[in-house]
Amino acid sequence: MDIFFQQLVNGLSLGGIYALIALGYTMVYGIIELINFAHGDVYTLGTFFSLAILLGLGVSGEVHGFALVWVVLLTMLGAMLLCGVTGVLIERLAYRRLRNAPRLAPLITAIGMSFILENAMQLWRGPTPIAFPAVIPNPSLHVGGVEIAAKQILVIVLAVVMMAGLQLFIYRTKMGKAMRATAQDREAAQLMGIDINTTIAMTFLIGSALAGAAGFVSGVYYQSTWFFNGFEAGLKAFTAAVLGGIGNVAGAMLGGFLIGLVEAFATQFIPQGAQWTNVVVFSVLVLVLVFRPSGLLGEALPEKV
Amino acid sequence: MQAGRYSTYALLALVLIFPLLDRNNSHIDFLVNAGAFILLALGLNIVVGFAGLLDLGYAAFFAIGSYSYAMLASAQFGLHVPFWVMLFFAASIAALFGILLGAPTLRLRGDYLAIVTLGFGEIVPQTFLNLGQWTNGPNGIGSLDRPSAPGLLLGAPDWKLHLFGLNDATPYYYVTLALIALGVLLASNLQNSRLGRAWMAIREDELAARHVGINTTVTKLSAFALGASFSGLAGVVYSAKLNLVSPDEFQFSVSILVLSMLVLGGMGNIWGVIVGSFLLSFVNGFLLPQSTNLAHAVGLNLDFTNYRFFLYGAILVGMMLFRPEGLIPSRQRRAELRVALADAGVAAQEQAEYEGPPRT
Repeated sequence: MDIFFQQLVNGLSLGGIYALIALGYTMVYGIIELINFAHGDVYTLGTFFSLAILLGLGVSGEVHGFALVWVVLLTMLGAMLLCGVTGVLIERLAYRRLRNAPRLAPLITAIGMSFILENAMQLWRGPTPIAFPAVIPNPSLHVGGVEIAAKQILVIVLAVVMMAGLQLFIYRTKMGKAMRATAQDREAAQLMGIDINTTIAMTFLIGSALAGAAGFVSGVYYQSTWFFNGFEAGLKAFTAAVLGGIGNVAGAMLGGFLIGLVEAFATQFIPQGAQWTNVVVFSVLVLVLVFRPSGLLGEALPEKV
Repeated sequence: MQAGRYSTYALLALVLIFPLLDRNNSHIDFLVNAGAFILLALGLNIVVGFAGLLDLGYAAFFAIGSYSYAMLASAQFGLHVPFWVMLFFAASIAALFGILLGAPTLRLRGDYLAIVTLGFGEIVPQTFLNLGQWTNGPNGIGSLDRPSAPGLLLGAPDWKLHLFGLNDATPYYYVTLALIALGVLLASNLQNSRLGRAWMAIREDELAARHVGINTTVTKLSAFALGASFSGLAGVVYSAKLNLVSPDEFQFSVSILVLSMLVLGGMGNIWGVIVGSFLLSFVNGFLLPQSTNLAHAVGLNLDFTNYRFFLYGAILVGMMLFRPEGLIPSRQRRAELRVALADAGVAAQEQAEYEGPPRT
């Protein structure tokens, strides 16, 4: 039973990271119906930016006391800002021109952007995994036989807080309203005086900033990163977004945690599970897309003709 | 026109006698690999170019073709099915998997279909990797049978000519060439057939296609099956020459490489696809390593082969933005890709007319 609860905790913290990435997928898909394939790489970029900031601050191990708060805030906000700007640039360069092109055209440029980002990161930090400083000291909490690390709590709390903030932003602010309007009917929104370009850019800014936060957290969590991380994590987060119901913020969260749990339990309870984890997760992806493309919380949308 | 035809003949003749002119085995070896990728590109072109189904996991079928050969024509299980039989057999197995993996995607719209195929593209090589007891896991399967001349097929092992030496790629060159010729013949005939027109109808408007009585299920599945069969052929030739099959040859980047070839050359156009494929293979397998050598020779510490992903990415982004119809476009495809932009123009014009002349 302890093993079960231990994997539950592990799965939830894994899921927190996926959920943060999934929010970006779901926002962008909701507004321009594009699978932003480069999003996973923006997340990896978040880890790389965080690492650069930490090195700039001279942090190479655990940080204690009051400094910890500053280091965490500074690094995370820095990574979020840089990733946000990257996301906006990607939209401007590779997607905006193709907004009225056939659906598959921007998907192909998105894959292209993903490869470009991966190559850039490979050139930046080399093709092998890189160590990431621990930053957060690790007193673990023991509940029965289950060990909960401080950073696991951080991941879960951060994911929930960010989602709540995003939900408030989308439903309580004017820009949020503009986003919802644009998602519903771009042309009508434009006729009502909404600046479509700014709204879409804002969506990319926020989505990518959340990926930046996920990047920082995953760096601290795994204490290592790799230029190719974003491919797998991105696919899993996309699975999460679809599982929850694409375009739905709470759904992305739910999907993220579910995928995290699937991964943790598959690793533990399937014989030689670690080898088959990805097969299981990708099978979930295929099954969800095929049998319930509207996801758990999404509504079935007719294809726009 | 005349000059064009003569230069085509000259090019064909050059391709035919090339191994006799250039005795450098590494060059021929490179050309065989490029040829295998032309086969892959021709196959993917049926799925993506003709039928408009974006398959992001095409490397899975390449893997299935290659592993079929590795398992059935090596000491792995003691089965030594002849190469020539395997060509046919692997193409059929790949086609079967094309149907199996295509079937779940039938109801999906374009972008979800792409992601599901991507999922299969990840699952298949991972499965080959994990089934270590049959596939030797990460080590792959080595010492594959080399093809023998058809004498063996006729039941007389003594006639076996040792044409396919380990260090001579020339026989593979001609086999690949023959397969490409077959592929071009098949693809161009299909394109102008009833089935080919049905593919194009689906690509342009699936709903409309269904309403004019096209059986979209059969039409889509046949695209998946025929497309996959090409990669079965490519897998057999490629792995027989390499004499080894290992799971890391079939990563996502291979699927994207083949897609880049299509995008570069021109989706839907057979000659465009061949040119795009060859160009990219040439840059990849020849230009980048050679310029790296050159850079090293003049004392520059540059490795151009590290820029491969950048190249694929730049091709995908650049071409889709500025020349979505590819270098050598198919006329129909260009019209389709341009129509959306034209529509936007018309809409703007209509709106301008609707607003009418300025009021006084």
